Amino acid sequence: MNEKKNDKLWIDCRDVSLGYEGHAIWQGLTFQVRSGDYLCIVGENGSGKSTLLKSLLGLLKPLSGAITWDEALRRGAIGYLPQQTKAQKDFPATVYEVVLSGFLSRGGIRLFHTPAEKSAALMNMGKLGILELKDRCYRELSGGQQQRVLLARALCAAGELLVLDEPVTGLDPAAALDLYRTLDYLHKQEGIAIVMVTHDIRSALRYATKILHAGQNKWFCGTPEEYLASPLGKRFGGDRV
Amino acid sequence: MRLLLQMFMYPFIVRAFVVGILVSLCAALLGVPLVLKRYSMIGDGLSHVSFGALSIALACGWAPLPVSIPVVIAAAIVLLRMTENSPMGADAAIAVASASALAIGVIVTSVTTGMTTDVDSYMFGSILAMDRSDVALSVGLSVAVLVLFGLFYHKLFAITFDESFSRATGVKVGLYNTLLSVLTALTIVLGMRMMGAMLISSLVIFPALSAMRIRKSFRGVVICAGIMSVISFCVGLTLSYLISTPVGATVVVVNLAVFLCCCIVRALKK
Repeated sequence: MNEKKNDKLWIDCRDVSLGYEGHAIWQGLTFQVRSGDYLCIVGENGSGKSTLLKSLLGLLKPLSGAITWDEALRRGAIGYLPQQTKAQKDFPATVYEVVLSGFLSRGGIRLFHTPAEKSAALMNMGKLGILELKDRCYRELSGGQQQRVLLARALCAAGELLVLDEPVTGLDPAAALDLYRTLDYLHKQEGIAIVMVTHDIRSALRYATKILHAGQNKWFCGTPEEYLASPLGKRFGGDRV
Repeated sequence: MRLLLQMFMYPFIVRAFVVGILVSLCAALLGVPLVLKRYSMIGDGLSHVSFGALSIALACGWAPLPVSIPVVIAAAIVLLRMTENSPMGADAAIAVASASALAIGVIVTSVTTGMTTDVDSYMFGSILAMDRSDVALSVGLSVAVLVLFGLFYHKLFAITFDESFSRATGVKVGLYNTLLSVLTALTIVLGMRMMGAMLISSLVIFPALSAMRIRKSFRGVVICAGIMSVISFCVGLTLSYLISTPVGATVVVVNLAVFLCCCIVRALKK
């Protein structure tokens, strides 16, 4: 990994207020997502975590302030892992089809995937250890395997920044641990920046390099150590063993 | 055998075959994303809206298709926009549109012309309803539906499987949902002349459901649904000719039989 890439500023939030219909949930929010970051967004239900995520994806305009993205992300190249929907539970599609659909952001009318896309898809599947599931049906997989498939698809859409929305919800502890290890590998070995909304504060403190906490009318952003020392962190993360 | 050959001596049956095959192919292809997006009832709703529009058109002496096509397209766009987040669920919205359009259609009809054969044929379908210009229009529109579906196949897969992901990666989800609505509306309006407002939705639902029982890939389901739909239609139309039953109902029953077979095949595989 060269120096230049190390220093890339992916997302820059400056004095941003977020909310709906003039009612701000977040105010004066300033933080950055750089390459090498593993940012976990934590907080109570209804504290605006998903609102923030929507804004980071560019789906919701801030009420004030500015969010700026790196040129690459501006073209839609964000590797997003949304929460699973009910419809997906019995969706007839092979793993390969799902992973390939990650490439769709680019270009208009496309009849076929290019050979380069196909080999990239296979490579990403190999990275996540799901290559042997290639022709299996998505609905027949376990929850953990499905998350890996969606992760591979996200990697196809963007190889340098992943945005995950509560990825371990509904996974059993073993599968969740497995997913965290995979993300840790992608972060450390592949140099992929990670932004994750999560309820799992323990794992957040363990793996993240930065914590962003959403609370009633206040927020905190800093390293896990700084977070634990802060008033918000003492209350929220205090039960850590 | 001679009876079968004789069947093709009648021009109206040939017309019915041509239009029916195209419409059932379109309906089956569109049916796959619609069923997966939990919009199975959209065909039912739209055909009733179409019935309402047709009754008004007949009562006012307007040509039926030019009136109903825009009305149904508008209804389709509104109904498919109803996501889980809307105050009223999509299923409720479809039920409301369906019932009220049907009611309005029936009232308009009874006040003006009464239940004529025309109205009856829109309710339950008739192969006699197709004249030469209908055939030309149907062929043109069906081909357009097939071409557009082919061109946007990958995008339709992506938004069906995961709308949030597609939106986040910059796919214009709204545009493709609108495209899907327009294509569905066209197929419903064309198909209901023959199948009838009451039965056209089965052309959308059955092939997709049957194919989903026996195929594992999305591509496989789409292709399989198309093939099964066309075969079911041909068998249904032939049967209805041989034993003199209504076309729409016969095609539905054949589709049901295929669906049951697929269920059995799936059960045996397990």
